[in-house]
Amino acid sequence: MFEFCADPASLEGISWFACYLTTGKHMSLYWSILTVLSLLLITAPTALLFGFAGASAARSGFAPLRWLGQIYVAIVRGVPDIAFFLFFVIALDQGFEYLRHQALCPDWSEPIRQGNDFIVCKAAKLPLSTAPQWVHEVYGFFLAVITFAIVFGAFAANVLLGAMRAVPQAQLETAQAYGMSRRQVFWRILVPQMWLYALPGLSNLWVILIKATPLLFLLGVEDIVYWARELGGSKNARFTDYPHGDWRLWYFLGLLVFYLAFTYLSERILAKVNRRLSRGQGIVGATP
Amino acid sequence: MSCLTTIQDYALRSIGFGKRLLPASDITVCEQFTLIGSGLIWNIYFGVIALLVGFFLACALALGKNSHVAWLRRPSEGFIFLFRGSPLFIQFFFAYFAFLALKKVGFVPWLTSAQAGALLVLVFNTAAYSAEIFYGALQAIPKGDVEAADAYGFTGWKKFRRVVWPSMLRLSWPAYTNEAIFLMHATTLVFFSGFPAWQQKGDALYYASYFADKTFNPFVPYPILAGYFILLTLIVIGCFGIVNQRLNRHLPTGQRQKMKLRLNLIR
Amino acid sequence: MKKLLLTAALVAATSPVFAGDVVRMGTEGAYPPYNFINDAGEVDGMERALGDELCRRAELTCEWVTNDWDSIIPNLVSGNYDTIIAGMSVTAERDQVIDFSEEYIPPEPSGYLAMDAGVDVSQAVIAAQAATIQAAFVAAQGWTLVEFATPEETIAAVRNGEADAVLADSSFLEGHANDGLQFLDRKESIGGGVAIGLRESDGELRAKLDAAIQSMKADGSLNKLIVEWEVGSTW
Repeated sequence: MFEFCADPASLEGISWFACYLTTGKHMSLYWSILTVLSLLLITAPTALLFGFAGASAARSGFAPLRWLGQIYVAIVRGVPDIAFFLFFVIALDQGFEYLRHQALCPDWSEPIRQGNDFIVCKAAKLPLSTAPQWVHEVYGFFLAVITFAIVFGAFAANVLLGAMRAVPQAQLETAQAYGMSRRQVFWRILVPQMWLYALPGLSNLWVILIKATPLLFLLGVEDIVYWARELGGSKNARFTDYPHGDWRLWYFLGLLVFYLAFTYLSERILAKVNRRLSRGQGIVGATP
Repeated sequence: MSCLTTIQDYALRSIGFGKRLLPASDITVCEQFTLIGSGLIWNIYFGVIALLVGFFLACALALGKNSHVAWLRRPSEGFIFLFRGSPLFIQFFFAYFAFLALKKVGFVPWLTSAQAGALLVLVFNTAAYSAEIFYGALQAIPKGDVEAADAYGFTGWKKFRRVVWPSMLRLSWPAYTNEAIFLMHATTLVFFSGFPAWQQKGDALYYASYFADKTFNPFVPYPILAGYFILLTLIVIGCFGIVNQRLNRHLPTGQRQKMKLRLNLIR
Repeated sequence: MKKLLLTAALVAATSPVFAGDVVRMGTEGAYPPYNFINDAGEVDGMERALGDELCRRAELTCEWVTNDWDSIIPNLVSGNYDTIIAGMSVTAERDQVIDFSEEYIPPEPSGYLAMDAGVDVSQAVIAAQAATIQAAFVAAQGWTLVEFATPEETIAAVRNGEADAVLADSSFLEGHANDGLQFLDRKESIGGGVAIGLRESDGELRAKLDAAIQSMKADGSLNKLIVEWEVGSTW
């Protein structure tokens, strides 16, 4: 990166660190921070959407839809997210490829499962094996987003359900008394009101979502934990220009600080939103 | 080998009883069920103890954070922030390194074992998360409840024990149920990060990934694991549902019906 | 070393594209000298050099991908990459699930590294990477095994006093035999040689790689790589 980095062996102190911290490998670490941030930014609204759909379905007057919503919430909530991450990504990937295989290669005669192998025709492969590496990475990222959204959507559904039920019954009855239809009560009274009750739970979920991002590596995305572990491990002079001992503790300290700063910022913002929402509500925490 | 002998051999394998060697070839579904179930002992151990100890710590922390006294509020806020603000995965890693460093200077060497060290991290972690939920509930207690308590002349401990605490628990119970489930699930992280497994004594996920590796087929062990955890989650929800009913028993019938409906929907 | 890498990558990029296909090479990237991530953040090591050369000879376009050791076989089987070239020893168990190419490194005894040369391995705590032949070996002996996810952690465990000795491939341990860590005299012969792992249905690719490995064995270039990177004995 810097010109004086040409001969790392001669460096000392700050200039050594300046060069060390700007190696291509460290750039991968910094890049992975962006990966984590974009995952969060894409997953959060997607999960909320899943959650809202799940909660609405679970409240639906139409029984099959209600059961679907309830089963979704129950199953996903019942299984550790880490098990989902280990298992679901492969299952999703194979599921997508199976569907594409059915659509694109109708006259394929061989079985899809041959022993332990999962074989679909070349055109159905996702991504196509001719695709450049970045397509593979984006696809892996996309699978990660879906897995995260499914898991956190179920939890969001539960929070939203609780919030919908926490809206004072009297308000809904009043709305009905004014002649609003079921749909109108839902969209005009229930949904705007529930956010106040949902916010503490959703804030908690947001923090948990942040907390879950280190599990990204299990999904095949090279995340900050992967790079911290890789960079922090002791390095032998034979394989690197910057040999050092076991520095994982320091790298993980860095990650700890990163996450703490991130959460601190999130909480400040969420607290502001909460104050705005609870303005004028008759509860202890509200500003008059 | 019949399934019964398998159960005899491996049902308590995760805590060191029974056959020492794990099945390596010709793995049967029965073996997978038994060993993954055996590993569940550790998940329950971590989950239940952390939940019990964490609950009281959480109540104290929530009150501390709600307190007007700075020297009570600041440390509580700091503790909650530290454990809620960072991923458990990294806390495990960090704690393991810290305990190793302590071990090197001859201080609490037993903390490097998962059974003690990881449990401590889990207790602190769940206490912080639950404290935040309880704190949120303290803030959301209807003003009328507290004013009524004042009108009856309740003060101090009595007001807390009879009015504030039950209301806090009632309001926070659905979120706390969530947290309990999260905690149960989080116990699967113990052997997956930081803390090493000794003599292949691990938790349910440890054995599930062992089988996934041995049979190279994730489609059997992980669904088994999922099945066990759904069962565990249902038990947690069931127990918490009973408590929830008790917490809501004073409400008027109309609202109580609503509570019942709520329970069904949560399930 | 760097120059060699660069030219190899260049050759791989400019070689004729075979049927428009890219062969994705899966590796762990944490097991020097076999494979590791270099300062530039790229896959490096003996297997990188070998893989690039094999691809050149077989006229394939190759791309490198890293994957966790734990899930390296399931991800091969599900098609996330096409080969495993990660210091993987041939075992009967693995051979049931995936296919192996011809071996490119002869069987090498595993060694122990310990802080104290007098360790009695049957009484000691032995660290090994999870899901390796070494971990299976220690468990089968009924010794006290403590498992870690990455090779790096097994070494750190011995340094930290969590384990008394670590069992792994000798050429990997070689790089860590310093600062008090030393080899025990005892060696264990476990597993076969190191080979490329492939899906069982990929017979065509396997034939190409086999031919390339044979040609490298024949002209001595494989031995040259083994000597250069100090990975076990030559053919």
